[in-house]
Amino acid sequence: MYPSAFEYLAVRSFDEAIEALGRFGAGAKVLAGGASLIPLMKLRLAEPSHLVDINRIPDASYVRDADGGLVLGPLLREADLEASPLVRERFPILLDTTRVIADPIVRNMGTVVGNLAHGDPANDHPAAMLALGAELILAGPTGRRSVAVDDFFVGLFETALAADEVVVELRIPAPSRRSGGAYVKFERQVGDFGMAGAAVVVSLDEASCVAEARIALTNAGPTPIRATAAEALLAGRSVDDDLVRATGEAARQDIEPWADLRGGSEFKRRLAGVAVERALRTAVARARGGSDG
Amino acid sequence: MPVFGVPVKRVEDRRLLVGDGEYVDDVRQAGALHVAVVRSVYAHARIGEVRTAAAAAMPGVVAVETARSLGPLNGPFPHPTWFPPAKALQDIIHPKLRPEVIRLLADDKVRYVGEPVAIVVATDPYLADDAARAVEVDYETLPVVVDPERAAEPGSPLLNDDWGDNLAAHFVVDKGDVEAAFERADRIVRQRIHLPRSTPTPIENRGVVAVPDRRSGGVTVWSASQQPHWLRDGLERVLGIPGDLIRVVAPDVGGGFGIKSMVYPEELIVPTVALRLDRTIRWTDTRSENFVAATHARDQIHDLEIALRADGTILGLRDRYFVDAGASNVECLVCPYNTAAHLPGAYRIPAMRLECLTVLTNKTPNAAARGAGRPEAVFAMEGILDAAADALELDRVELRRRNTLRADEMPYDQGIPYRDGVPEILDGGDYTACLDDAIAALDLGALRRPYEEGARPGRLFGVGAASYIEGTGVGPYESALIRIQPSGRVIVTVGPPSQGQSHETTFAQICAEELGVRLEDVRIVQGDTLALPWGGGTIASRTAVVVGNAIAAASRGLREKVLRAAADLLEVAPGDVRIEDGRVSVVGSPSVGMPLGQLAARVAPGIGRLNEAIGPGLDEYDGFQPPTVTYANGVHACAVEVDVETGSVEILKYVVVHDCGRLINPMVVEGQIMGGVTQGLGMALFEELVYDDDGQLLNGSLMDYGIPRATDMPPIEVHHRETPSDRNPLGIKGVGEAGAIPVPAAVISAVGAALRTVGAELRTVPVTPARVLDALDAASARTQPVEARA
Amino acid sequence: MAEVTIRVEVNGRDHEAVVEPRLLLVHFLRDVLGLTGTHIGCDTTSCGTCTITLDGRAVKSCTMFAVQVDGRSIRTIEGLATDGRLHPLQEAFHEEHGLQCGFCTPGMIMAALPFVESNAEPNDDEIRTAISGNLCRCTGYANIVRSISRAASTMHGPSYAGPTASALEPSARD
Repeated sequence: MYPSAFEYLAVRSFDEAIEALGRFGAGAKVLAGGASLIPLMKLRLAEPSHLVDINRIPDASYVRDADGGLVLGPLLREADLEASPLVRERFPILLDTTRVIADPIVRNMGTVVGNLAHGDPANDHPAAMLALGAELILAGPTGRRSVAVDDFFVGLFETALAADEVVVELRIPAPSRRSGGAYVKFERQVGDFGMAGAAVVVSLDEASCVAEARIALTNAGPTPIRATAAEALLAGRSVDDDLVRATGEAARQDIEPWADLRGGSEFKRRLAGVAVERALRTAVARARGGSDG
Repeated sequence: MPVFGVPVKRVEDRRLLVGDGEYVDDVRQAGALHVAVVRSVYAHARIGEVRTAAAAAMPGVVAVETARSLGPLNGPFPHPTWFPPAKALQDIIHPKLRPEVIRLLADDKVRYVGEPVAIVVATDPYLADDAARAVEVDYETLPVVVDPERAAEPGSPLLNDDWGDNLAAHFVVDKGDVEAAFERADRIVRQRIHLPRSTPTPIENRGVVAVPDRRSGGVTVWSASQQPHWLRDGLERVLGIPGDLIRVVAPDVGGGFGIKSMVYPEELIVPTVALRLDRTIRWTDTRSENFVAATHARDQIHDLEIALRADGTILGLRDRYFVDAGASNVECLVCPYNTAAHLPGAYRIPAMRLECLTVLTNKTPNAAARGAGRPEAVFAMEGILDAAADALELDRVELRRRNTLRADEMPYDQGIPYRDGVPEILDGGDYTACLDDAIAALDLGALRRPYEEGARPGRLFGVGAASYIEGTGVGPYESALIRIQPSGRVIVTVGPPSQGQSHETTFAQICAEELGVRLEDVRIVQGDTLALPWGGGTIASRTAVVVGNAIAAASRGLREKVLRAAADLLEVAPGDVRIEDGRVSVVGSPSVGMPLGQLAARVAPGIGRLNEAIGPGLDEYDGFQPPTVTYANGVHACAVEVDVETGSVEILKYVVVHDCGRLINPMVVEGQIMGGVTQGLGMALFEELVYDDDGQLLNGSLMDYGIPRATDMPPIEVHHRETPSDRNPLGIKGVGEAGAIPVPAAVISAVGAALRTVGAELRTVPVTPARVLDALDAASARTQPVEARA
Repeated sequence: MAEVTIRVEVNGRDHEAVVEPRLLLVHFLRDVLGLTGTHIGCDTTSCGTCTITLDGRAVKSCTMFAVQVDGRSIRTIEGLATDGRLHPLQEAFHEEHGLQCGFCTPGMIMAALPFVESNAEPNDDEIRTAISGNLCRCTGYANIVRSISRAASTMHGPSYAGPTASALEPSARD
């Protein structure tokens, strides 16, 4: 399969990228890891007039500590996230997540921010970032703005990112002292679209009750979503088997996943509940074990 | 040093490992033009105008062809792979058969999504693709039929108006008095079983390169084909030039598994247009095209009835089955009759009536793929045995044991003809020992313990087994031409090409052993109609048996010639000459002799002296014709765990016990088995092509149609048994397909057994999580009051 | 569309070419440079047959444009054997019967290369994960896993002095 013709511009800075996107107009697309865009172009499901290649912008693939939280550069590859000692030690939920994205070779190119910016509810980082309460820094012709990840996903393949904006940083707040997170996805095989996935981050208080819980679901509707009813159920309570089951049940009540060849809506709803249960168990265990996020 | 039966490393590896393999898309020809194919987007539609002017005017476009522009060159022609079965078989089963045709491009209508409608020829594949999208086709859509049972009913949309119905083939096979068997039965069990449509998915797609030969007026064609000789024959008819001017080469081929044994429209149109334009033309299949335009596999629906005694003894079997051939029954009875011939399998079934309806539908043509009707047969037979065991409340494996043929019953006449029309007489093997060995190798005690001890809550455990027989080494016959060069190199030329089966190694082992030369001095030339104009193709687990024995025959003949020529020159009796490691010498005087190459030079035309008794040079051409097929057999067994929360299935252990006669190269045999099992696991766990009611394929990409990955594989154990065949001098049986044949049946038996422990029932594959949970839901719906579920 | 001049080092050799932006890297390697050892098996980044290394990392060359590799360093299957000697990975695939039709093999080996260079004693699960982006339809993977395991032992063994990453160093260029 052969993509249609386009004009190509490799930029050296985000300002240059923003200027180019404005100049080229709606037909232009940003090229980062290409993991989603290039297959779409080969199938001619995407036919951009221009590609603005941001891969040559220097110093944009960092992962750094920021007062106990994380800041991630827009060109950080999945493989680098996975290899980061910071992530491995303090954010096992991100390790859970990156390891189930596409396959290891694709993860050498695919970027964390691209996984978010594509706006695909089947992608994995959206749920993880929703659970972690991340924020995205967007840059456009009029300057920079911060968007909470809760406000980022607007519709199917649609985000708060304007056509002439780029994501320049992803920020994950510092988790509280006794918190833990986990991501569980059910997929038929490596590289397949997930049937269901759930990200859970819980913070425990001194009495080991849930001080705060954030739960988000993959592939549960047109956008990645929070399971707020399930979160509310956990608040202030000690997590036991009954509560885990009730939380899964609450999460599954909330959603209307699409049927596809991997299964019907009810099937996916059930799997989402199981994913929440299993992620919750791991998250709580990690919180009790003292590990962060 | 003996090389037959030894796991020698492969001769063909080196070039493939360093990137020097030459697959069709690697064939470089200066100035080649590229073809893009415009394919039907509808499953059934009348073609109106095809507007090509805009495409023709686009950059780089050299030609745009349609059925109309090709005129009589377009056909229809008799389909090159539609061969009626052996007359001996026809005389017994009197099948109703509808001959098929092939068109280079669809003319009056399209019959499936993906059917070629037009081609664009351009200087570059990107430009060809651009222009192909500018070809506009007017379609008038017609009613679509995708369900074979509906297609067989009166009033169904017709694929071919002149047929009057969609029945491509129909036959009945009878053994014994089946009515009496059912009257006598203690128990009759009925079950519908469907093995869904899948696709073999070789990692290399198809491809064709055609270079006109101005000197001869002919053409050289490279194709990723298992059947270069059949393609040559097809081209002879289509191009209207003598076959000797058409050279078809199958170079390195990146897997075939059956779908490269067909002759496709693309393989005919590329040479046709190359000659028309007098230009070199190439076409490379894409994966998207391969999904809709290369043949599919399986897709049979069986309605089975089995008559049993209370102790599980089978008295009789009835099966009425549909083969969904898709839009064209391109291989006649290959799969439909293979299924019938293999249905009784390793079992003792006194009476049978098998009725097959092969029906056209608006889907991609469906034909032979690894196993070719046998996985379907085994899936149906083992499926009815599962149902029978459940009905009789017998252990599923135990029911099989009671009905499996014993070694002392061999040879056993199954009482029906094989596809070649010869009585199906199973020629040996210890089938019950295979079953016992397979179950023993599972080591069930250890596997089952955690479940018995409650250590795996929410997980179900199940065991399954399935057996198979496989008629291998089908004729008619193959030949081998062997030449000893003055360099000492031995060139073995055979017809059928390799798609990974290790011919260059195993064939060389046979020649080296039989002729007495060193393995490294033997070179295999294959898959080139110029090198050897005859060959029946690498299909049907036949080349090791038929080509291998042809090489053995020619090697033995050549050995005699060598001994006589050497005896003449050394002035001793032929009985006093020996050949070892590529050297002839006098028995008892090893220093008196010469290398084979030197001997070859002494009798070679243009160098040596004509030995009237042996003819020119040290060459031999001989063939092998098997009396009928020889039956390989085996049993697969597995233990599985089912997660009741997610519906996921994990295969804890998978065991293969198989018997393919004498092993030429155990390493290669094991590789073939492992690959086959993996393809079978694909069918069992993941693979199903899904069509909607409009005939659109819904999962035509490797994103949506998953095949097994390294992370999906269970632990697999392979155990060999060697019962030599007495139907060929080497005592071998084929093995290329065997690994894939019983896998879906073994897996569904195990998963079904696991689900049965909680009253759930599942009898189809792939065992997707959604299907497993549906089965569990259906079971709990049966056992719980409605209020409790709400 | 405006063509672009790129300079790229492939298997230690510098190349300069003028390419259309839409030219996929795999077509650049195969059709412009004639390096046909890198194969194509799908349209959806699923099969890994086209895997090469880019600055030492395995990537799928069907999912990059040639313009993206300007100024960078690529290694393909053709760049593995040195002076007629097979690389330990190639040797191991031969010894363990890790290939049948051979079509997926170059991609499989290139996917494994950075992995074995950085893993001295990988276990089978790690190896399976490392090649989970690469499809093989012939072997059932078991022998591929053995091959990679064997190559790792060889490459991290005491007697191995052959080129690994050093082949990418400028000094090793021909």
